Amino acid sequence: MDAGASSSGQARTVFEARAITKVYHVGEVEVQALRGVDLDLYEGEFVVLLGPSGSGKSTLLNILGGLDVPTSGTVRYFDNDITTFDDAALTRYRRDHVGFVFQFYNLIPSLTARENVALVTDIAQNPMDPEEALRIVGLSHRMDHFPSQLSGGEQQRVAIARAVAKRPHVLLCDEPTGALDVHTGVVVLEAIERVNAELGTTTAVITHNAVIANMAHRVISLSDGRVAEVRRNVNRVAARELEW
Amino acid sequence: MRALDRKLFRDLLAMKGQFTAIALVIACGVATFVMALSTLGALRRSQAAYYTEYRFADVFASLKRAPNLVAQEIAAIPGVARLQTRVVVEVTLDVPGLNEPAVGRIISVKAGRQPDLNRLHLRRGRWLEPNRQHEVLVGEAFAEAHGIDPGDRITAVINGRLQELTIVGIVLSPEYVYQVRSGAFVPDNLRFGVFWMDEEELAAAYDMDGAFNDIAVTLSPGASVEEVIRRIDLVTERYGGLGAYSREDQVSHRFVTDEFQQLRIMAVVPPTIFLSVAAFLLNVVLSRMIATQREQIAALKAFGYTKVEVAVHYLKLVGLIVLIGLTLGSLLGTWLGADMTQRYSQFFRFPRFDYRMDAGALVPATFVSVLAGVVAAIDAVRRAAILPPAEAMRPEPPMTFRPTVIEQLGLQRFFTPTARMILRNLERRPLRAMLSISGVSLAVAVVVLGNFGEDALGFLIEHQFYTVQRYDISVGFVEPRHDRALHELLRLPGVIRAEPLRTVAVRIRHGHRTERLALQGLPPDATLQQVIDSHTGPMKLPQQGIVLSQTLAELLEVTPGSTVRVEVLQEKRPVVDVPVAATVHEYVGLSAYMDIAALNRLMGEGAVVSGALLSVDERELDNVFLTLKGMPQIGSVTVKNAAVRSFQETIAETILKMRAVNAIFATVIAFGVIYNSARISLSERSRDLASLRVLGFTRGEISVILLGELGVVVALAVPLGLVLGHWMAYGASLLLQTETTRIPFVLERSTYGLALAITMIASIVSGFVVRRRLDHLDLVAVLKVRE
Repeated sequence: MDAGASSSGQARTVFEARAITKVYHVGEVEVQALRGVDLDLYEGEFVVLLGPSGSGKSTLLNILGGLDVPTSGTVRYFDNDITTFDDAALTRYRRDHVGFVFQFYNLIPSLTARENVALVTDIAQNPMDPEEALRIVGLSHRMDHFPSQLSGGEQQRVAIARAVAKRPHVLLCDEPTGALDVHTGVVVLEAIERVNAELGTTTAVITHNAVIANMAHRVISLSDGRVAEVRRNVNRVAARELEW
Repeated sequence: MRALDRKLFRDLLAMKGQFTAIALVIACGVATFVMALSTLGALRRSQAAYYTEYRFADVFASLKRAPNLVAQEIAAIPGVARLQTRVVVEVTLDVPGLNEPAVGRIISVKAGRQPDLNRLHLRRGRWLEPNRQHEVLVGEAFAEAHGIDPGDRITAVINGRLQELTIVGIVLSPEYVYQVRSGAFVPDNLRFGVFWMDEEELAAAYDMDGAFNDIAVTLSPGASVEEVIRRIDLVTERYGGLGAYSREDQVSHRFVTDEFQQLRIMAVVPPTIFLSVAAFLLNVVLSRMIATQREQIAALKAFGYTKVEVAVHYLKLVGLIVLIGLTLGSLLGTWLGADMTQRYSQFFRFPRFDYRMDAGALVPATFVSVLAGVVAAIDAVRRAAILPPAEAMRPEPPMTFRPTVIEQLGLQRFFTPTARMILRNLERRPLRAMLSISGVSLAVAVVVLGNFGEDALGFLIEHQFYTVQRYDISVGFVEPRHDRALHELLRLPGVIRAEPLRTVAVRIRHGHRTERLALQGLPPDATLQQVIDSHTGPMKLPQQGIVLSQTLAELLEVTPGSTVRVEVLQEKRPVVDVPVAATVHEYVGLSAYMDIAALNRLMGEGAVVSGALLSVDERELDNVFLTLKGMPQIGSVTVKNAAVRSFQETIAETILKMRAVNAIFATVIAFGVIYNSARISLSERSRDLASLRVLGFTRGEISVILLGELGVVVALAVPLGLVLGHWMAYGASLLLQTETTRIPFVLERSTYGLALAITMIASIVSGFVVRRRLDHLDLVAVLKVRE
């Protein structure tokens, strides 16, 4: 478990973000979400972005995932600066490289678990079978259930299956356990842990829960739109041993 | 099937009520369009084929009597291709089973062969055979009305002598597609029939051996109709020519062609309304759907679905609804069109009706409904496509509320909190509220407009047959007679009043404009047939000058004070300049009136009448018919009530059907708008309403908030809709008018009542559906769902 890719020292840099700022407007209010963030993510590592709500971590994740563009700064993804991408290139980037997991699952309520996964495999270049993705998250027996027939934890695992089915380079998870109790939260984190370990997918998880940070290779703390601290976990804790 | 397409079908199923309502509105629009256009297509094709195949003539002329040699003179006119001469007479018929006399028009043909022009189509029986006496062919309309079969006999007064005729065949003629006597506007197949008889026999009976009194010609390509008419008139003048006229003025052709115009309008106006409403509904429902699927759209985009893929997804949904509406509408329209064509065949007699599913109707129907769908969807879909995924992940900012007009005016203390919620909600989305009100008011207007035709026709019949024509029987003499003849008629038991009538065939000319018509001379104090201005009421005929119907005045480009040249086409054929004394607004036909004394002076005659109008004691009607039938000097007898009754009977079923179709379509539109508005309010407000329930509001109380909104919309829409319908009907009355016909703008109170009733029923039903859903509102689930 300690053999994180980054610790080998030879891992390639997946993301190299420099001086990112982001200002957006909600209604009549101007919000300075990011105030100059520098950040590197390495291939195969499991990173937790830790911070209280309003610290800018979701904005950062959205920018890394190509869902949003920074107001200034650069984000290199391998050899490309994704801040120079137009909308079509960003879409292409998300389609081929990024897997998303959201706090509220964002499953399509009118599609079954299998079909929700198929939604992504339909447009991916080299996907796994939806059935296989669901097996990885331990939901082989619930494939033909609709979201409304699944518990929150199960829904989130469908969302993880959906994110990994395309074999993405990076898996970005925004508060994946935010809406779940401890027990189901742990089951979900185990699924993410397994994807990172077995598939070697670079994984970034956002949370405001410091306990979860213990399962990461590295923890990046954000506060008020800035990186406050970066630390490496010497001893990672397995998801099933987490408690909060 | 791709997962995204599955979502499409499941979304469609989840909102099936709303989408069905929209598809049905589209179907109504498409059905009306397809019905009107395919019927029009059928009529036009049937007419064109019939005219070509049976050589329908281009120019017609009647005259008093001309020797056959004159035909060669006419045939030599440049531009005349083919010519047919014939003898045409009108006779009184005694039909078994019919008390009152009927009028027969007998046209000569050569036994054993088809006429060169205006050929006949044999429906049943056989053609006339040479050297057989007293045989005739009869037009189908008359035969059908009387149940006449080949072999039956009929008695006619031919040149003053009773003659029994044997019907050997039942035929159709391109000259009598619509079989109506000139001057009438409703057919009376019981009392007017057309017959064809061997030329030799007919000519002998009327002293027309080696002569003719009617011609029909076809023109060679490129010939000028006006020039040929002018030359024919020059030739026939010496032989009592009544003036040649073209197809456009031929009665049957004119009626059929006027109908085309009505169908064209039917293909444009109602479908435009239906498709506009459908587009509005689609827009509202789709916008709401996209708003509720904000986060789903964000997820799709996060996974890498492109803008175009998202847009196509929602467009497919619209496409599917349009396709359902289009298919349903095309089938319904084709079926209704077949039925309508069938109904036309009662009035318009073609050898065959070429009705088919018409690509000429389906292609534009598809184009227009797809266009409506795209217009409806474009804005909502565009918003879905450009929705930034990161922003869509965040919940929508709270809706902004501002003080309403009522609060600005300081009136809020007069409203309960519930009423304030209703008003603020309406005010918050003024465009939505306005569109909902417009939608409902269009539904109301559609009912009003749909019933307008019927109201107008009802009024027209009442006006024409009971206000203008107050007589019971109109009598035409074979030859003009001294007005002493009236005394003879007055002496008949049962005749209460007899008034003179002088009808003269004239051509009225002003500059290069001419119109051919029957100039009517009436006594200034006439009571049985009055000159009535539809704007101002009865008019007393002036002692001098001529009175023209407004339509005629417009065609001739004259106003009161102008002078027109009246060229009489009979007797001594005087040509006189007459001042236009007045114009009169009339609904039907072109007419010109003069004081009968002035007309007789113009003709250079004494007190002469050509017919009489009788008011008869109802109990004696039958006896009066019998007596009139036996009077040789009487050429024609028209019984007004009988004619009106038979027309009303003929159209009764059609009117009933139209009324049913209108009511159904209007219900669809009213229900579609109201139900969708209610469902959308419910979707938008269910969280608020559930919160109120949690706070202790009863089901009834939250229903009031939601249904109150609906109530306000309907309450505002209904009066608006009634006014809108009123103006749309007015517009229709202008669109439907032809050169010679004005449509009375009349709307019965019952029409407004029906519109009100249909809207109320649709509102109440929609209210119940929504109320049921409110009753089943799952409080916990609704509050948990994060929008």
